[in-house]
Amino acid sequence: MNATTAQTPTLRSAPAAEPLRTDGAPHDRRSTGPAPAHPSGVIATARIRATHNGRTTTVPLLHNDGPFHLRRLRARGEQARVCVLGAMSAPLGGDRLALDITAETHSRLEVTTAAATIALRGPTTAPATYDVRVKVGDHATLHWLPEPLISTRGSTLHQTFAIDLAATAHLLMREEQLLGRSGEAPGHLTTRLTVRRGGRPLLEQHTAYGDPAPAWDGPAILGTHRATGQLLLVDPKLHSPREPHLIGNDPAEGHAVLTPLADPQALIATAVAPTPAQLRHLLDAALAYAYKTPRPQAQGEQ
Amino acid sequence: MSRTALLVLADGRFPAGGHAHSGGMEAAVASGRVHDTASLEAFCRGRLHTAGLVAAGLAAAAADGYDALTLDEAADTRTPVPALRHIARRLGRQLMRAARATWPSADLDHLARHRPQGAHQPVVLGVTARAARLTPLDAAQAAAYESVGGPATAAVRLLSLDPFDATAVLARLVGELDTVADAATDTARRVAVEGVSVLPAASAPLLDITAEQHAAWTVRLFAS
Repeated sequence: MNATTAQTPTLRSAPAAEPLRTDGAPHDRRSTGPAPAHPSGVIATARIRATHNGRTTTVPLLHNDGPFHLRRLRARGEQARVCVLGAMSAPLGGDRLALDITAETHSRLEVTTAAATIALRGPTTAPATYDVRVKVGDHATLHWLPEPLISTRGSTLHQTFAIDLAATAHLLMREEQLLGRSGEAPGHLTTRLTVRRGGRPLLEQHTAYGDPAPAWDGPAILGTHRATGQLLLVDPKLHSPREPHLIGNDPAEGHAVLTPLADPQALIATAVAPTPAQLRHLLDAALAYAYKTPRPQAQGEQ
Repeated sequence: MSRTALLVLADGRFPAGGHAHSGGMEAAVASGRVHDTASLEAFCRGRLHTAGLVAAGLAAAAADGYDALTLDEAADTRTPVPALRHIARRLGRQLMRAARATWPSADLDHLARHRPQGAHQPVVLGVTARAARLTPLDAAQAAAYESVGGPATAAVRLLSLDPFDATAVLARLVGELDTVADAATDTARRVAVEGVSVLPAASAPLLDITAEQHAAWTVRLFAS
């Protein structure tokens, strides 16, 4: 799917230069949280917690806040599903957003987003922050499969992903970044990804794209590609060490590599591509290869 | 400390095997991403602020005396692709051999004993700097310089670039090299209190992807 032309859900305001200000609306940008860091910014933390009741997975906590509106979707087998809808245009400059996702012992949870997340400048050049904190308990499974993040001109967004996995936890996570809408220069986007497994560091990664990040569009980092993404799979059932797998024959159309981390029970696919559709194609190919089945687990077929 | 020890350690003629590696330049030239002096400079700047910054942080922390085995694991978590982990350990093993002969030390022996297949090269570089009584900043500076010096030299051979032009690229980067070394040293100072997660982990997708592609080539001029 081309995210830049994705269907906008009815609850999400169209990307606009001005923040949403609907009188008396439940999601007025000024309505939530303590005093924001910037007068026009929103502070919001949404929370999802899944648990296993001995029979199936339930989601006892769905806490909406600020731009995050959480919806239960129809469960797929034993897997509970939650969709994050954007209830307003976010993140904008000055926003402090966080999303906490917890999958407790033996639970199986999938979290998706309804549309691309669009980082906009908003009324200020102040940076926005978006912190995603994920905890997956013993024998629990989390699929975190959001739509892409789009960094638009003039925006500054600092993202963090802090992932804490129990030793027997299963994780599938996809992350896609688009640097600018079609033909647009991107804003400034930094991302820190920290993954711990059984209390030990598994993966540490920082990226910085868009001016003033040095040489982000140079031949060592992204070159001419404006879509980049990763797929991280942590599966305690992966035993035999995997050989690296190259995906994509023509670098101009994008390319990817699927490799094991130093911990052989973790696989990572790294991809760059000219367009979001080509990026998704590469990551889908990586996922299919990782599972070596035509219907990968990301589609819910276990 | 001796300033000359830093020159010996950072000299391209120091027998640590670095000359056989292009730091991703051979793959970049083959794909046409690097084809002239300007693209060489952009490549070097990108590598400096990603792989170079990470290496400088690890080297500074090791030179500061922080546990080298913990830093070696930290290097693994910052290197997602096996081709680059393999190369880093191979270069680390070669540097270890030269370093133990040049500046014998108990720290080097300890690391060699626990990592017989080689520790990540920047960690060995930091422990070597410590053995040579150099500072964490010296180690960071050597690591940062190496992250661009290798690719620039390789580009001269691969593209038949004028060596004067390639050296001028390095000269234009000296200010950024110092900035990167300073930043790396600052984070390394915080490791003792805050742990290795404060060390830089800057990533470059094309360096990772093309390192695996290059490792699959059957014929190549450079080992990486």
